[in-house]
Amino acid sequence: MSEKVIRRIIQDTHAFDCVECGKCTSVCPMTRHKKDFAPRLIVVKSMDSPSVEKLARERDLWACTTCGQCASMCPYKVDYTEFIRALRAEGAMLDVTPDCSQGGLLHSMMRVMAKGDLEQDRLGWAKPPLEVAEKGDIYHFTGCSRHMAQVFVGRQGIDIGSVPESAVRIMNAAGVVPAVSKSEVCCGHDLNWVGDEDNFARLVDRNVAAISATGARTVVFTCPEGLRTFSKDYPLVAEGELPFKAVHISELMVQWIKEGKLRFRETTGKVTYHDACRLGRHMGVYDPPREVLKAIPGLELAEMENIREKCLCCGVSGWISCDADTKLLQMDKLMEAKRTGADTMLTFCPKCQLHLHCAQADKVPVDRALIDIPVNDFTVFVANRLEEKG
Amino acid sequence: MEAESPSGVAGKAAPGFEPKIVAFCCNWCSYAGADLTGVSRMQYSPNIRIIRVMCSGRIEPNFVLRALELGADGVLVAGCHIGDCHYISGNKEAEKQIARTARLLEILGVDKRRLRLEWISASEGQKFANTVNAFTKEVRELGPAGYGRK
Repeated sequence: MSEKVIRRIIQDTHAFDCVECGKCTSVCPMTRHKKDFAPRLIVVKSMDSPSVEKLARERDLWACTTCGQCASMCPYKVDYTEFIRALRAEGAMLDVTPDCSQGGLLHSMMRVMAKGDLEQDRLGWAKPPLEVAEKGDIYHFTGCSRHMAQVFVGRQGIDIGSVPESAVRIMNAAGVVPAVSKSEVCCGHDLNWVGDEDNFARLVDRNVAAISATGARTVVFTCPEGLRTFSKDYPLVAEGELPFKAVHISELMVQWIKEGKLRFRETTGKVTYHDACRLGRHMGVYDPPREVLKAIPGLELAEMENIREKCLCCGVSGWISCDADTKLLQMDKLMEAKRTGADTMLTFCPKCQLHLHCAQADKVPVDRALIDIPVNDFTVFVANRLEEKG
Repeated sequence: MEAESPSGVAGKAAPGFEPKIVAFCCNWCSYAGADLTGVSRMQYSPNIRIIRVMCSGRIEPNFVLRALELGADGVLVAGCHIGDCHYISGNKEAEKQIARTARLLEILGVDKRRLRLEWISASEGQKFANTVNAFTKEVRELGPAGYGRK
């Protein structure tokens, strides 16, 4: 039984095409700090002893951050991230659950959202002068930043709570009044990546119904995880074809800048940009955020050594397996950012921001001056630099 | 819809609905208080499932959400009175954590009356019985939470 399942996953992800070149291992951010960890070895292990239960109870399956660096390097395009996800889903069916950070609070929240008919306070921020609508062609997916801001309330310097509001400020400045819905639920990214496919499917149904009700044909995301989940995972789970397409706000911003609809104030300073894995390697959106930054007059963009498909991971994905090794990985990332001499590191992903903040607030194995760089949200940063209207 | 009860749709109490309540009691005061209720033969609602913890300050938001997710209709957190904490200030921490959790429930759209914090000392057997009875009554009126369905 187990053997058949594993064989199917290997086939689906083309893991048999592996030529054992080891490129995946050489770029894997986890391999840097975790001994004996390698994406390829998980596949080899799964063939040597094909037992889902055994694999699911081992560290490696859950230690992978699914950042996709291995797959981006692989000359034979083995889809390691999907291999990991599919195996996790099989493990979840056997009731194997990983150690989740925050004691699994965020996953519990998502399951409550999946199962209950809730009247959520999702749109508490949508007050005038912000303009939103109940129906419209463009839908703004607000995501879980409001919930996450409450989970991490009291931590200094985190600005994820104001992301939805900033996104709407940008859209309003470009003359777009987005539709929003309070029936929206979490996109389900984290449940999908811990293998809870049942509750993920429930969230998909709820979201597709809520968004369809607004009549929208385009769904705008600030969050990379939401974008990836809607673009790649929703079509596999939802019944029928999705009535909308998902786009990232940076892609629209570039378009609006070209059309002259978005203008920015003169700004001083130097920033660096972190390609979140879901936005970059998973979705291929590398250039639009950089073009937006270049359109802000006076702002300097300093790139890190490893960018685009080589961008270093923030260390944790899906709130799974945060440990001492991920902290070291976060040190690498922060030191790289600090070396650019930028005043701040921008990223679209609220979780990258949280993880890197957490690493800075903890005890650190390096000189604090080497990692001392603020990590801020891209959307909020850009919204605060919009040209004031007359 | 009522046919689905007791794990059915939130707020629609079916006749005969009995809530499931998870109570986290601290080792030093409230659990001893619950013990006193029992040895004194005081009657209280059987809807409650007590989980003993070392301190009410141990209760984090994830405990509450996990309980709801697994089918609880209400969560009671009981600890020592302020100033009496065995660990000096654990119950002050509990106060902060529960306030934080209640706000999270509000954002989520879960009725925050499903979460209650009470101070019950080891000598307050009667208060334990009264608290459990009053909370059970309130949750019964709120109806099934409905987050535990498979």
